[in-house]
Amino acid sequence: MFLKSIRLESLYVLGILIVTMSLLSPYFLSISNFLNILLATSVIGILAIGSTFVISSAGLDLSVGSVMGLAGVAGAVVMNQLELNWIFGILACIIAGGIAGFFNGQLVTRAKIPAFIVTLGMLGVARGAALLLCDGKPIYGLSNEFLFLGQGRPFGIPFPVIIFIVVALITHYILASTKFGKHTLVIGDNQMAAVAMGINVNRHKVKLYAFSGGLAGLAGMIFTSRVNAGDPTAGLNYELTAITAAIIGGTNLFGGKGSIIGTFIGALIMGILQNGLNLLAVQSYYQRMAIGAVLILAVWFDQINRQKN
Amino acid sequence: MSFLEIKDLSKSFGSVNVLDRVTLSINKGSVIGLVGDNGAGKSTLMKIVTGIHKPTSGSILLEERELTRISTSEIRLLGIEMIYQDLALARQQDISSNIFLGREPVKKLFGINLGLVDKQKMDKDSIKIIEDLGAKVPSVEYQAGLLSGGQQQTIAIARALTFSPKLVIMDEPTAALAVKEVQHVLELILKLKSEGISVILISHRLNDIFEVCDRILVLRQGQIVADVIKAKTSMNQIVSYIVGAE
Repeated sequence: MFLKSIRLESLYVLGILIVTMSLLSPYFLSISNFLNILLATSVIGILAIGSTFVISSAGLDLSVGSVMGLAGVAGAVVMNQLELNWIFGILACIIAGGIAGFFNGQLVTRAKIPAFIVTLGMLGVARGAALLLCDGKPIYGLSNEFLFLGQGRPFGIPFPVIIFIVVALITHYILASTKFGKHTLVIGDNQMAAVAMGINVNRHKVKLYAFSGGLAGLAGMIFTSRVNAGDPTAGLNYELTAITAAIIGGTNLFGGKGSIIGTFIGALIMGILQNGLNLLAVQSYYQRMAIGAVLILAVWFDQINRQKN
Repeated sequence: MSFLEIKDLSKSFGSVNVLDRVTLSINKGSVIGLVGDNGAGKSTLMKIVTGIHKPTSGSILLEERELTRISTSEIRLLGIEMIYQDLALARQQDISSNIFLGREPVKKLFGINLGLVDKQKMDKDSIKIIEDLGAKVPSVEYQAGLLSGGQQQTIAIARALTFSPKLVIMDEPTAALAVKEVQHVLELILKLKSEGISVILISHRLNDIFEVCDRILVLRQGQIVADVIKAKTSMNQIVSYIVGAE
């Protein structure tokens, strides 16, 4: 059931990457390193899940990295400056992200501004709002309960990894097996058909952007907890990695096709790539270049396949 | 009271008047041909009936229920289906997803409705519907975009007939078909009529119109310029209505 929705090429790439890294570094193939990879992947992976939904509907969300930063600061402000309970901190992160996404959706559907422009604008607005909210300085010192979300290790498994896997499983079923998921793909496939068959396309799109924003908020919550600070620069450039993970996971850049299990593998590929380059002590500047190059390569291969068909 | 009543329906896009006080009525189980030149307003009129466009003024009553203020999905539930000229298929989705598009059956999980689509039922019902139409497709899990033109047409027809419609609107259903497939569509229209289902057929092919329709409506520049019984007219007369010579 999972296998059907995975793009085979991405599994090959994952396999080749694992074999190559194991040969190059003696530290790569171990359970602790594998958990490290998953931990490092969890934030990007959750952002990539949101991107998968939006891109499957022929949309785009460039704002997830900034929204993640804003959400983390919002959570920290609620807990440290308003001195509210950690549960409100969690809610603040997710709601702040959801509200930013809701605005994205409203602007895309009501004002009919292209998603590219709306979310590029939100990328700037949300980052500015994050800096404004904390006066440009990270908010340190969060409560222990909140820190457990990013740093706890029940049964030796990092808690963010558990959140990531649970979110991936739930969203996989939403996209693959529910009306909401089917309509998402149909809107991306042929929006006119969706309208003609009575799907409320605008309302659906608002939900999708709000969903993507909410997931960015969740990612921001995990990040904030991991670094024990509401950092206004958190998530800088993360949209690049998140969108890349979704695309190499088999999401059709032009909409109509996408699966969360594919994106999960895509996110793992990005995580292993970064982890491997770290183990090999490759300078981080090269890593950025690698991520950008992977995005371009993935879309290029996709174009070649499309022309063949 | 007739089955479908359109009264004083006008529609303008900005300063362009596409429809101008269109009034017509359709009886149950009749086949109506809707003809007119390109841009005469045929498709706009039908898209108002299906709720995709809202009229500037006027009303539409289906069995005395007003349609102009409700959504496309509610209008579908009342029994109006339309087969679009471009077929309106989601080409990357499979056949059964297309047939049940917008009306996916859901199953409950532990008694809770989570919006889970009942894929098994969809596939099973789709196979039956396609067989009933006398058509063949490789598998209902096949992507719609990979099918031939005729097969794609079958999917669009199957979708319109699945939920026992009362009125089926067909926009140029034969434009892209081979001769044999055209005959198939015309036979289907007569079969629908015999089951008491009304059909509105939009077509440029007057041969098709004259073969199956009871009544012919001519739209010119957004106005109904002729509403004639087929038996009392001729192709030449219809052509002169279309071009405005009469």
